[in-house]
Amino acid sequence: MMKYSEDHEWILVEGNTATVGITDYAQKALGDVVFVEVPEVGAAYAKGDEVAVVESVKAASEVYAPITGDIIMVNEALEGAPDLVNTAPTSDGYFFKMTIADASELEELLDEDGYLAFIAGLE
Amino acid sequence: MNDLGTDLLKTPLYDLHVEAGGKMVPFAGYAMPVQYPLGIMKEHVFCRESAGLFDVSHMGQCTIRSTDGSDPAAVIEQLMPGALKVLKPGKMRYTLLLNDTGGIEDDLMVTRTFEPDGMLYVVVNAAFKDKDYKILEEKLGDRIALEPLEDRALVALQGPKAGEILASLAPEASELNFMEATMITLEGVVCWVSRSGYTGEDGFEISIPADEAPDFCKRLLAFGGVEWIGLGARDSLRLEAGLCLSGHDFNGDISPVEADVTFALGKKRRESGDFIGSKRILNELAGGPSKIRVGIKPIGRTPAREGTVIADRNGKEIGLVTSGGFGPTVGGPVAMGFVPTIFAEKDTEIQLIIRGKAHPAKVAATPFVKQNYKRKSAS
Repeated sequence: MMKYSEDHEWILVEGNTATVGITDYAQKALGDVVFVEVPEVGAAYAKGDEVAVVESVKAASEVYAPITGDIIMVNEALEGAPDLVNTAPTSDGYFFKMTIADASELEELLDEDGYLAFIAGLE
Repeated sequence: MNDLGTDLLKTPLYDLHVEAGGKMVPFAGYAMPVQYPLGIMKEHVFCRESAGLFDVSHMGQCTIRSTDGSDPAAVIEQLMPGALKVLKPGKMRYTLLLNDTGGIEDDLMVTRTFEPDGMLYVVVNAAFKDKDYKILEEKLGDRIALEPLEDRALVALQGPKAGEILASLAPEASELNFMEATMITLEGVVCWVSRSGYTGEDGFEISIPADEAPDFCKRLLAFGGVEWIGLGARDSLRLEAGLCLSGHDFNGDISPVEADVTFALGKKRRESGDFIGSKRILNELAGGPSKIRVGIKPIGRTPAREGTVIADRNGKEIGLVTSGGFGPTVGGPVAMGFVPTIFAEKDTEIQLIIRGKAHPAKVAATPFVKQNYKRKSAS
């Protein structure tokens, strides 16, 4: 199940695990990504906490935890190839995987249609 | 999305930028392209490898004459420490507009035209043109006549292929050396062309009547190997070239010695000290400044942006980054900032405090990439 936040993150829900990255819309808006600061495995975040930073040639942008949970894996490949965020934002360019502490928080996220409508409203 | 409101000024090339897919942002009161569909990284690399076309029409172009027919350079030298009086027709110089305390209000290019009265052609930064004109008017208004050239566009063609491209339109362009300028007829339009720029590459800056500028740019873009370059790549190109951004890498509090732009202080002018704020500047030249601008090379991959705290190896704050980001040609982050002079030596280990974490860095020589200016051959 794919969910989206209004901060332009995608959240792939598989069982009790959520994989998180930024959307194609977000990577296009950021431009060329040159560095991603990922969180540490084991760290706990509440929904809305600053969890990662993505640096483009232009500027640094914060990435917020879309849900509450613990980091169980980070995308090590981004260290050597931050441009994966541009070339494969919703697959190899993911940021991290986290546990889902409170499944009810998923209800507050957007589904694909909801997200597409949301970004259409930003144009 | 490109409608930024009615308050912003548009350059004569605005429609071309929008047509080319330029992402227009507010800059110094103008709607300017920060990038095109190519993106900042590719635009940057393209300029270093081929030829980039920049719209810099937002910058302040003006002419300065003296009111009594004498040399206008002799008058403006009071506020600028460069050797300007000695400029021969067709020669240009980078200089500084100083204040009473020897701080740098702005940097600017002064060129001697071929007019019999020694008229100067001057280009100042977009963000400060109103301030600069006001300072010149207030301090020298009774002795100079400053005329802003509102009806002219300014474009820069920069990169290793700029020379051959411009020469194919006008062979005499290839006769210009770095920091020389002349009148050239390009596509039937009389332009004021200089061999200069803000990228560290060979290239030209072309002042052209506003209504002729769009067609001229279209003609340039029709050459293979020319692409529009936006403000984003303009900034990373100048940063890699170690060139200062006025208002960021120096301001009215910072002296030319602190900013490490002493090459802009004329030799004889240092001896005579006949310019505003010279007391502090000559003192700092003799005794060394307490702080100085240096290049900074972060060891890791994290870019250090403007405002980042610089610390010594023990974590004590010693200065701030004034320009910083990712250098596409360097392939990593690069920055400039101010440190106490005792930390200014190349390879001095420092730390950059980014989002609360200390990242190792070293003081580095600038430019970060080799400058490729076409200088007069030594023969």
